Order: sequence, then C-alpha cells, then structure tokens
Amino acid sequence: MLDKDELKKMKAAKDKWGKEILQKSLVREKERKEVFTSISGTPIERLYTPLETASLDYNEEIGYPGQYPFTRGVQPTMYRGRFWTMRQYAGFGSAKESNERYRYLLNQGQTGLSVAFDLPTQAGYDSDHPLSMGEVGKVGVAIDYIGDMRVLFKGIPLDKVTTSMTINAPATVLLAMYLAVADEQGVSYDKLGGTVQNDILKEITVRGQYIYPPKQSMKLTVDLIEYCFKNVLRWNSISISGYHIREAGSTAAQEAAFTIADGIAYVQACIDRGLDVDTFAPRLSFFFNAFTNVLEETAKFRAARRCWAKVMKERFGAKDPRSMMLRFHVQTGGVTLTAQQPLNNVVRVALQAYAAALGGCQSLHTNSYDEALCLPTEQAVTVALRTQQIVAEESGATDTIDPLAGSYMVEAMTDKIEAQIEEYLQKIDALGGTLAAIEQAFIQKEIQQSAYRFQKEIESRERVYVGINKYTMKEPPPANLLKVDMKVGETEARKLREIRAQRDQARWKKALEHLRKVSLTNENVMPAVIEAVKADATIGEICNVWREIYGEYKPKQFF
Amino acid sequence: MGRARKIRIVLAKPGLDGHDRGAKLLARIFMEAGMEVIYTGLRQTPEMIVETALQEDADVVGLSSLSGVHNYFFPRVMELLREKSMNDVLVVGGGIIPDEDAAELKKSGIAEIFGPGTSTEEIVKFIQVHARQRS
Repeated sequence: MLDKDELKKMKAAKDKWGKEILQKSLVREKERKEVFTSISGTPIERLYTPLETASLDYNEEIGYPGQYPFTRGVQPTMYRGRFWTMRQYAGFGSAKESNERYRYLLNQGQTGLSVAFDLPTQAGYDSDHPLSMGEVGKVGVAIDYIGDMRVLFKGIPLDKVTTSMTINAPATVLLAMYLAVADEQGVSYDKLGGTVQNDILKEITVRGQYIYPPKQSMKLTVDLIEYCFKNVLRWNSISISGYHIREAGSTAAQEAAFTIADGIAYVQACIDRGLDVDTFAPRLSFFFNAFTNVLEETAKFRAARRCWAKVMKERFGAKDPRSMMLRFHVQTGGVTLTAQQPLNNVVRVALQAYAAALGGCQSLHTNSYDEALCLPTEQAVTVALRTQQIVAEESGATDTIDPLAGSYMVEAMTDKIEAQIEEYLQKIDALGGTLAAIEQAFIQKEIQQSAYRFQKEIESRERVYVGINKYTMKEPPPANLLKVDMKVGETEARKLREIRAQRDQARWKKALEHLRKVSLTNENVMPAVIEAVKADATIGEICNVWREIYGEYKPKQFF
Repeated sequence: MGRARKIRIVLAKPGLDGHDRGAKLLARIFMEAGMEVIYTGLRQTPEMIVETALQEDADVVGLSSLSGVHNYFFPRVMELLREKSMNDVLVVGGGIIPDEDAAELKKSGIAEIFGPGTSTEEIVKFIQVHARQRS
C-alpha cells in the first residue's frame, strides 16, 4: 500500500503527463479505438500505474506461494521444483488403439494420461444401444465393461502413472473399473493417483453429457468423493470445470465465477452428507480454459485461486490450508482455434500454454492445431506436446514463481476479476444457490448472452479474428485428416454379445440386484458398483439401474 | 422477402453430441431474422428429428454436429424425409465437417454445409433464398 504523500505525488505526476504529453499525442493521432476491451469485454485502461493497485495490501491479498490466499501459487517452489504434469487428452476407437496412443505419448515425454471416452460411454450407454449408432469410438475410446479397461491400461503400471478421466454422469462406474484393474495388477488403492471429472453441474449447464436429474446426480457425485477420501487417498475425486463454460461462450470472469459457484454447491453437498470439510476438500481439483489474451488469463487464474481460498476459509470454515488451495488443470481453448489457416493455431496454443504457465497450473493439455477440422492427427498431437515442452524448458516462465505479480496491469486485472466473481456469487446466493440458479437458467442465460455478444463483435468486425474477419485468404482444402474406423461400432457390438453370453450369469445377476438394493437407500453405492463391474456388468446395465430409480434429466430449451 | 408466412425452421442436434453453442446462437439469430424456430435440444435420433419436422410443418431443417457423426446421421435424415414425401424441406448442416465429407453429404441432398467461421448473416441469407415458398 502506498502512503498518502506518495499517492499524491504520483497522481500529480500522472496528471501532468496526461496534460503535457498524452493530450498532445492524442491530438496528433487518435488511438485505434475509442474503448479497448479484452476478448471477455472487460474494459482495458490505456496505462496501469501504482495508482490502480494503491489499495492492495501485499501480505493480505498477494502474499507468498504455498500460503493463504495462494494468489501467487499453491506450492512454495512451483515450477522450480517440477514442471506441471503434461497431460494430453487422448483416446479414440477401441481400447487397443487408445492403449497404443498412450504408450506413444508416454514415450514422447508425456507425464500423465488423460482418457477421452466416446459419447456413448459418457452418456452411460453400451456400444450397441440405438443412441450409440455412429458414435462408438468417435470422440474417445469406447469402454463397455471391465475387459475394455484392462486392455486400455495393458502394459501401463497404474502405480507409475497418474490418470485423468473425463467422465461425469457415470464417473462411479469408470472409477470402479479402474480400481478393479488396479486390483488385477496388484496395485493397492493408496498408490493410485489421478482424477475423475465427476462434475455433473457443468454437464447440465453447458456440456450436455448428463443422465439423471441434478439432485440424484449430486448423490452419486458425493458418493464418489466420500469413497475416495476414505479409500483412494491420492485421487482427485472431482475436477470442477470452467473449461466447458468458457467453450460455451462465457467471459473469463464468468468462467471463474460459475466454476466457483459449482464448487460451493459440491462442498455444501458433502457437508450436508455430514462430512467434515477438511477431510474431502484437499482432494477437490479444478479445470480451466486458457484463451490467447495472456494478461487476462493470468489474472483470471490468480483471482480464482484467491477467491476460492477465501470461500473455503470464510464461508466453510476450513482450517487445513490444503482445503483452501485451488489446484487446477488447464486445457487451451478449443473454440479459439480456426479451421481457416490452421497452422495459425500453433501460435494461439503457444500463447495459451504460456498463460497457463504464468497462471500457475498443475497440469496442462495443449490442443492440436487441426482440431477445428477433425480429431487430431499424430503429427498435430506431437506439435501440441512440444509446444508445452518449449514453454516449460525454453520460455523462462518456469524459473521464477508467478512472474507477472506486481505488474500494475495484472494486479489490477486480478482484483477486477475477483470482484466480478464475488458479484456473481452474491447474485447466485440471492437466487437460492447454484442449483436454484441453474434451475432458473440464470447461469445458462448469462453464458449464452456472452456467446451472442462475441459473435456480433466478430461479424461487425469490432473484434478482429485472424483468418476469420481479417487477413483471410484462399487456401486449398486441408489434407491428411484423421479418420476413425466406422467399423469400431460393429466390433464393439460383437464383443458385447460375447461377453453377455460368457460371463458368470449368477454372479452378474446377484451383483446388479445388490446394486439396485443399495441404490434405493442412502448408502454409498461405490462398493456395489465395484462388485458389479468385477462381475462383468456393462456400463449400460449399471446406468440403467439408476435410470429406473432416479429417472432421466430432460432440460428445458431456451435461447 | 414478400413471403406469405414466416419460414419455419427446426434446429436439431443428432446423436449424443453436447456442443450446442452454435445451435442455440443460430436459434436466436434466426428468430431475430423473422423466422419461427423450433430447437429440439440434444440427443435426437434421425426418426425424432423427422417427426418433429413433420409435426411442426417445417420449411427448413438445420442439423448441427461437432462429434464426427455427420456421415451417419445426415444422410439418414434425408432418407427418412424422402420416405415421408417431405422432399421440399430444405436441409442444411453445420459443425466440424471436413470438405470431402461435405461434398458427399450434398450428394445425399443436404443443400449446404456451413463450417467453422461462417458468418450467421451468410447462413440466414442462404435460408431466405432457398427455403420453400408457401402461401
């Protein structure tokens, strides 16, 4: 904080500069625009000085890494200790093909796995369900039963890698399969590290891979969280995701705000279950997007970290500092990529990865430049991985902690975004909390409005997008796109017929009946799910047990 | 446009794809352009989409897919429309659709495929020009 005298002197100097230097320049030549805004629509000042951050209390608001409020990072040494985990989201076709891609990535220096499941798996349908037609093995790997999971991790010791699984509505089922494979590999649960996304609220608001109504979905979410902190101690039992909120069109501040609002709902649900906040909160993790505006993104990460720490301490009375740490994965922005001049995307991804590093992420996925055209080819995936390796090894951003701290602009922006988050949290509280705000479509409408505003800005050329509304050119159609074998669906269907015929019918029937019985009570379903997957029950069969008991979610449509 | 009645458009998300930012955005843009918009929401089978188009007496069907399943779903919708003798319904598509696929889809009767980066103005204009005229 500046004292009054200093402040006065500084203000006088700034005013003098404004009159004598700036005005003359503006008379000679106007600026490019009347008002400058970030891609999120936040006004950006011409110049930031100590005046904009004068009220900041360094020790209280910024502080030191590894210490409340964690503005500067969650670990005391950050990347001087070790880099973030380089984790490329991958998976397609059959379990065997995906297993090959994982081994390739690990050989290329990737340090963690991130499993992409196909849409039938994400929606809890078997590969031969009518709604699975055409989708099997497309945007991720098809997993129907434990045998697929066994193949997926063949030759990959589960105590030597950490695995992130993008799975939500049926998260309990896929985690159960992973645990069952660990049992087969002889790896005890306390040696397992990884994450399941398990974030149903953002499926309901923006991502669309829901199955059950919100309340019943939350029950499964909390079951998984509870089971993990008691049995799989190093497992991140949820990855509260802003990534998809941003992809759906939100601003940076909305991304952070609605993610934290979702986080509040999960913490409250666990507390309502009777769990002590400091038992489960250290294993909550987050997932954010990174767009190309390095300054705004860095500020967003710092603001989110500070805000979450305060929420956990002040709202929920957490005592363990680990409960207050916002640890997060970043994926670079899928929607920022263009199908036009696709190589330009390499540059976008590099800036976004740089922002993630400056923002202090714990793990990072860098997108492939061809993702606006097709699923990524091996060449594009390699460039993406190299991009983050260059940021880590060559950019210098990793040699000192939180290097943009103290930048007048970044500190002012961090403050501003935190204020915007808090404003949203107050609005959501006033609506009755996150679930109520989702039910009233408040969150969805805010996001859609931002998406609409952005589209209008692009079409009116108010905002320049290279290759879209400026610097366009004629180019030959892109070649060498990845094609997924359409036959995966048939192969998977045949495999399902075989397993249904060959499995121990008595054990299978008993396991599913037990699951049904448990699911009618308030008991934690996880042990029964593990038993069911070990009895070769399929994902569709397990999810159907809950479809019958819980019903299915049918959202209202509005636009 | 000198039309006797507003263009009625059914916007649909076939399959399990959850990417509906584009579909919802276009729903609003079409409405602002004076069309009547019916958005089906997610998880539609081709049968459901054609049934909605029939029930709603649609002039246009817009299909959106970003999960790579267009080659399966889009031609199937065309087939079903033909079965119901709804040959004069204009069908357009959008999403992440490689050029060579787009060419094939057009052969199946899809009038146009709009890829990433297309301006909404261009889409609106196309529909206004090509949608069937009715009294």
